[in-house]
Amino acid sequence: MSATSETKPVKKRQGVIEHTLSDISHTLEQSIFAEDIARQRGLLQSIDPRVKVLSMVALLIAVGLSRSLAVIIGLYLLTLVLARVSAVPMSFFIKRVWLFMPFFTGIIALPALFITPGPTLVQLPLGLMITRTGAMTALFLLLRVSTSVSLAILLVLTTPWNSVLKALGVLHVPDVFVLILGMTYRYIYLLLHTVNDMFLSRKSRVMGRLSGAEERRLIAASAGTLLGKSLHLSGEVYLAMQSRGFRGYPRTMDTFKMRALDWACLIGMLLVTGIAIWLGSQGTQ
Amino acid sequence: MLHSPAYMHIPDGYLSPIISLVLFLLTLPFWYRGVQRLRQMVNARSVPLIALLAAFSFVIMMFNVPLPGGTTGHAVGGALAAIILGPEIASIAISIALIIQALFFGDGGILAIGANCFNMAVVLPYVSYAIYRWLSAKSPITSRRRLVGAALGGWVGLTTAAFFAGVEFGIQPFLFHTANGTPLYAPYPLSVSVPVMVVPHALVASIVEAVITVLVVAYLQRTNQPLLELVEKPELVAEASRPRRLRWLYVVLAVAIVAVPLGLLAPGTAWGEWNSQQLASRGLSTIPQGLAQLENLWNAPLSGYNLPSLGNSNAGYILSAVVGIIVVAVVAWLFTTLLVARKPNTSGKSN
Repeated sequence: MSATSETKPVKKRQGVIEHTLSDISHTLEQSIFAEDIARQRGLLQSIDPRVKVLSMVALLIAVGLSRSLAVIIGLYLLTLVLARVSAVPMSFFIKRVWLFMPFFTGIIALPALFITPGPTLVQLPLGLMITRTGAMTALFLLLRVSTSVSLAILLVLTTPWNSVLKALGVLHVPDVFVLILGMTYRYIYLLLHTVNDMFLSRKSRVMGRLSGAEERRLIAASAGTLLGKSLHLSGEVYLAMQSRGFRGYPRTMDTFKMRALDWACLIGMLLVTGIAIWLGSQGTQ
Repeated sequence: MLHSPAYMHIPDGYLSPIISLVLFLLTLPFWYRGVQRLRQMVNARSVPLIALLAAFSFVIMMFNVPLPGGTTGHAVGGALAAIILGPEIASIAISIALIIQALFFGDGGILAIGANCFNMAVVLPYVSYAIYRWLSAKSPITSRRRLVGAALGGWVGLTTAAFFAGVEFGIQPFLFHTANGTPLYAPYPLSVSVPVMVVPHALVASIVEAVITVLVVAYLQRTNQPLLELVEKPELVAEASRPRRLRWLYVVLAVAIVAVPLGLLAPGTAWGEWNSQQLASRGLSTIPQGLAQLENLWNAPLSGYNLPSLGNSNAGYILSAVVGIIVVAVVAWLFTTLLVARKPNTSGKSN
């Protein structure tokens, strides 16, 4: 994702407005990209969203509980295969996980190599040594985080967001809560556009650079205004909903249908999960 | 990800699924409280209101806040939400924003949703709000004390949330490791994880939280004061929901009163309320002298729940219970009337 490269005029320090604007466009771009892939033809796209949500949570638990690195690596390879057959661009899928996420986790895992007590694995100059337990624990952390992130990305990339939300019903998430999540997701984009307009209009009237204090005042005023707008809008949305017959609880139409492929996939994934949890509880390496 | 405030969004893999589940269960009662409060305040309107507020929480997390000195950071906005909506509703709004971040944007893990909600949607708003209310108690809407409360609330709130995250990380290697001692999740003990979470947050992220909270509150003091009064306005609370809740309490109380005489059927003395002879019969042969001396120091007015003039001890017991209930009820009634009578005094009569 290269949203930041689009802000052409390179200055010494990016202003707050520009920074926030580029973050907003990055978020918008990210979800448009996801919707794009969700509309492609592929294995995961053709499977019932409820099966996908259940399988993802089951596999996440298997990854979380595993005491064996081999099992976690196996599950990561499974996500790669699933991405491959679901028209998810491989380079994006791998880069997204290994470039962004463990940037963080990598920095956190690094000291563990040296400070975790245990038998020496590699002796380094300056008296530093990597311990065997340190290497193992760092690997556990890195692999667990990247496999979990891959699973989550796979679901979101291959399923339109409203289907993901509807499918949460199988996890016994209450209907009202699903409705609220859906409305929130929808209004996040409206508010992002509003903020985008507010900042763009401000930017178009600013010559030169704002001082730190001015920038802070601007950000606070925008946040305050946005809050007022949000509350006002919620009143209007309520009236609109009421005029269309909303009485405080949602009615959903269940349009999902389980087909043979869905059942096969569900049984397959639960089997994989079961085996992974069993193997994961056995091995210590 | 690009828009996560420091590393407060815990990804999956740092915490054992068991700890995530525990934190999720700890968060549930706060969500329940939030939903109750929403029903009280707005009922049917709550769906669009909470959706918009959650969307606002999400968007506010994307704002870049410049600090004096050149660094910028992202705020969670939890303290601000708590000051304006009250901690119960803020908790729901932030939780929903966090769930959407985890589900659709990869910020924070999915199994870790419980942990992230506990830290940022429970600890942060409740702590911030307590400090804000404590410092701004009874001050007018435009008072400077409210600004101090907002800033300090934001700073302490987020730092406390970071402390909790540090504790959650720190107990992992202690609880979950392989047979040869390899930590399975976050690898550092409490002595490392707590300072690593608390110090950077206290120096940057919490200051960002304080700055955005105080500046927005100051802005609202100048431009939109009704927003700051939202929590304190009694007319927002639907009158209808009040008596029903009390009636429910009365039912419980009535059942308890009716059930109390059942205790008469049970033989023996209440556990732990033995006198010196009963203690001796339980095998405690030597009673400390001090205790023996003190035994007759205090005699309750209805000692042993028996009225001496009544021959039948059971009737005396029930009568004592009735007297007790009446005394408690009168005291409670006096208390509430005194507290309620105060309010109109401050605004109505000019004394």
